[in-house]
Amino acid sequence: MSSTEHVVIIGNGVAGITAARHIRRISNKKITVISAESDYFFSRTALMYVYMGHMKWEHLKPYEDWFWEENRIELKKAYVEKIEPASKMLFLKGEEKMSYDKLILATGSVPRFLGWDGQELKGVQGLVSKQDLELLEDNTRNCKSAVIVGGGLIGVELAEMLHTRNIPVTMLIREKASWQNVLPLQDAEFISRHIQSQGIVLKHETELKKINGTNGRVSSVNTSSGEEINCNLLGVSVGVKPNITFLKGTEIETDMGILVNPHLQTNIPDVYAIGDCAQHREPQNGRKDIEAVWYTARMMGETVAQTICGQTFKYKPGHWFNSAKFFNIEFQTYGLVNAEPGEDEKHFHWENKEGEKAITIAFDPATSKFLGINTFGIRMRHEVFDRWLTQQRDLEFILRNFREANFDPEFYDRHEKEIFSSFKDQLANSQT
Amino acid sequence: MSTPQNNMSLSGEAPAKLSTTQKVATGLGWTGLFILFLALFNLELPSAFLWSALALISVGVIIFANDLYMGKSAGVKNDGIWFRSMTARGILAWGTGIVLTMFYIVLYWFPQYLGHNPEGSNTGLIALFDPLSRFISGHAASQWFVYGTLYTLAILAFGYKFLLKYRHNKYEVLRTYSVMFFQLGFAFLIPEILMRLNQPYFNPVNIWPLNYDLFAGYKLSEFFSAGNIGLLMLFFGIASIFVITPILTYFYGKRWYCSWVCGCGGLAETAGDPYRHLSDKSRASWKFERYIIHTVLVLVVIMTIAVVYSFLNENPEQFWLDKNVFLLGSAAFLVLLFGLIWIFKRHRLARDAKKGAIISLSIVLAIIAAFYFSGMTYGYLLRQWYGFLIGAAFSGVIGVGFYPIFGNRVWCRFGCPMAAVLGMQQRLFSKFRITTNGGQCISCGNCSTYCEMGIDVRAYAQKGENIVRSSCVGCGICSAVCPRGVLKLENGPLDGRINGDAVLLGNDVDLLDLIQQQKKVTRDPKSSHFNS
Repeated sequence: MSSTEHVVIIGNGVAGITAARHIRRISNKKITVISAESDYFFSRTALMYVYMGHMKWEHLKPYEDWFWEENRIELKKAYVEKIEPASKMLFLKGEEKMSYDKLILATGSVPRFLGWDGQELKGVQGLVSKQDLELLEDNTRNCKSAVIVGGGLIGVELAEMLHTRNIPVTMLIREKASWQNVLPLQDAEFISRHIQSQGIVLKHETELKKINGTNGRVSSVNTSSGEEINCNLLGVSVGVKPNITFLKGTEIETDMGILVNPHLQTNIPDVYAIGDCAQHREPQNGRKDIEAVWYTARMMGETVAQTICGQTFKYKPGHWFNSAKFFNIEFQTYGLVNAEPGEDEKHFHWENKEGEKAITIAFDPATSKFLGINTFGIRMRHEVFDRWLTQQRDLEFILRNFREANFDPEFYDRHEKEIFSSFKDQLANSQT
Repeated sequence: MSTPQNNMSLSGEAPAKLSTTQKVATGLGWTGLFILFLALFNLELPSAFLWSALALISVGVIIFANDLYMGKSAGVKNDGIWFRSMTARGILAWGTGIVLTMFYIVLYWFPQYLGHNPEGSNTGLIALFDPLSRFISGHAASQWFVYGTLYTLAILAFGYKFLLKYRHNKYEVLRTYSVMFFQLGFAFLIPEILMRLNQPYFNPVNIWPLNYDLFAGYKLSEFFSAGNIGLLMLFFGIASIFVITPILTYFYGKRWYCSWVCGCGGLAETAGDPYRHLSDKSRASWKFERYIIHTVLVLVVIMTIAVVYSFLNENPEQFWLDKNVFLLGSAAFLVLLFGLIWIFKRHRLARDAKKGAIISLSIVLAIIAAFYFSGMTYGYLLRQWYGFLIGAAFSGVIGVGFYPIFGNRVWCRFGCPMAAVLGMQQRLFSKFRITTNGGQCISCGNCSTYCEMGIDVRAYAQKGENIVRSSCVGCGICSAVCPRGVLKLENGPLDGRINGDAVLLGNDVDLLDLIQQQKKVTRDPKSSHFNS
């Protein structure tokens, strides 16, 4: 069977596994997925639920174990130390070698550390991998209090996790409010208020200066406001960066991540990169060059599978969407709502009295074209907003048809009328 | 230097421990149960002990629930579920399972140990319940009255706990009020009050074939001797399964019954809620489920035909229907039902479902033929065996006794013939589905983990497909625990309800069209071995 092409995928996260599944669906190629992290694909976004006791590790596996053998997707637990594109050979830890015909790099991210003094101390960690979760379990044994640096998604997840173990948490947030580099200020403040209401101490506009330790373990941190805060754990969540150190010394071109063209190809023939580790040379309008998000990783996997199987596709994702959960408040976004809107973007914001639900709609003030929406505590239909974005609907249309987009469970309180009249009020106020 | 002030001594520990208040509450509840246990020793306790036992159990559950949920903001409350002995198959769970199982064994087969004495006056535990029973129905208590009281108490007390736990979710709140109402009013009080009025014992929402005794000989005699009211009850019982049920299931799915009305569902959703995550999600158990639940359905159909036939055989004067006409009519009805499904819904049936349906129909028809030609006389014996094996051993001992080990819906999932009938309707003729929200699924697995019916919800959601499964009871918990707003239970148009070729929204539309085509091709088992 020398004619069967061997596709090797490094990384068994959602990008790599999506690619493997789609390649299998449309071809008979030999597929091998290599991972050093875990035996089977698991949902990285659900790591927190294992720590909180909502689920066990086995529940994180999106496919039962028989799936891989039945679909002839070979899983190999190994660490790739070196890639030799000239001979199309992978060198694995422990003297093993593996040859490939096509190679997909889907190695994901690692936590970013900003070079703080003391960042190598025990008890200083991020949360991205299975190993990070095991480390956290270890690090929080007898932990009296914790500090988290960074107010992004992983930081809030960490806070929620530690909270379930009764560990007091202080978060250091560089911006005026949580995740304000992504969310408009009023949305970010809404989230900050909710996090504080859960008993988490937030220190806004505060940065980490120095990490102090005793006996090799973190004991306190110094902040930019001159404060020293005791802690036995420092959670680091100032973003992630592509996991590409193993590529040092190869001809595969990298910058922050592995550089790829619109076909997700690297500079080396038959070597592709997808997911968090890929950096797009020509990102699409309004998109970032590195998108470390579950959904985009999946879409890159879908795209590269077609290209590998002979039907070349460019990575051309549709309308932006994303979701998250901050303690009890779910967040969804469709289209683009900029944190710092320019002249051609205006925001309409609504919150309910109890402070549990909010929406922000971005629109173009000149044409009143709908640009995007953030919703908090209200579920929206992806399909409907995707359609409205394609149809380039205006704000009035969105508000009039808002009910059609609602995806809350049956019998939930509805707010369409309130939102509509609130918008009319704001419009009237801004015109007078 | 500042240190957060809300430091607690338990910090860093997994949330598995009970607070002091919760321990005291548990103690109160157990004291109540202990009083009931004491009554077994025939101490002739005054009725104050009954009231205090019931009150202690209720108050214990209420205090426990308040302490567990009240202080926390509304939202998903599953912290530590897999760390606690009671909810993660630890020693407490096994202990509870064994005690419950033994209680059911005694209840079904050795009620004399509880003090049941149909000949004279009750003793022991059952005597303790005599005053309450006399107050409601005018009769002395039976083991079933004791069981019914405790069952109703469990649904009300743990229903309160469930209401607090899911207070942010109106669907869950309304549904729980509904099961509490139907248990207290329809399952518990109405039949007892009917007894007081010298009418047949009848719970209008206990529908055949779950209520396998509806057409039993003694029941038919009761109905016929009760005049118009009895006939009305019989008529309502028949209309329930053949008219009311199909209509409601068409509009709302089987949830209208299984998680809004049914008593078995009521107990599973309230007292059983802490065990919902224990159901087995594997493909193997799904296969087992389909075989066994449909086997029970076949058994109940055969048994019911047999008892009605025996009744008509022994009482030819009582009813206008001739026993042979009844047999032929039953056979004709089943063939017609099968034929209609085959003609209109064949394309919706998997190969093993078709095979199973043909085999089941053949068996039932063969047995009907055997009855016809042999003039069968052992209908009541069949009913006895069905009652022993399915009614008692399966639905009681295994169904509830094993809550803490196999989850709270073992009976509903593997055994209930009513669930089988409703499930078939739900899959083939209903507007109900769980909609998957575009491409928002992150495969986290909360939905599958907390599905009490063992449905691998995520397997559908992560492919962008709606969930339309026979077994789904529409409890709504998958949607409640989803962190990204992916799932919604809803009734909608039949078009596109089952969308096995759906793709995940978000990517290049041309690419998605292509993937959809590829998916259609590979869903045909003849042309592809791809298995997802």
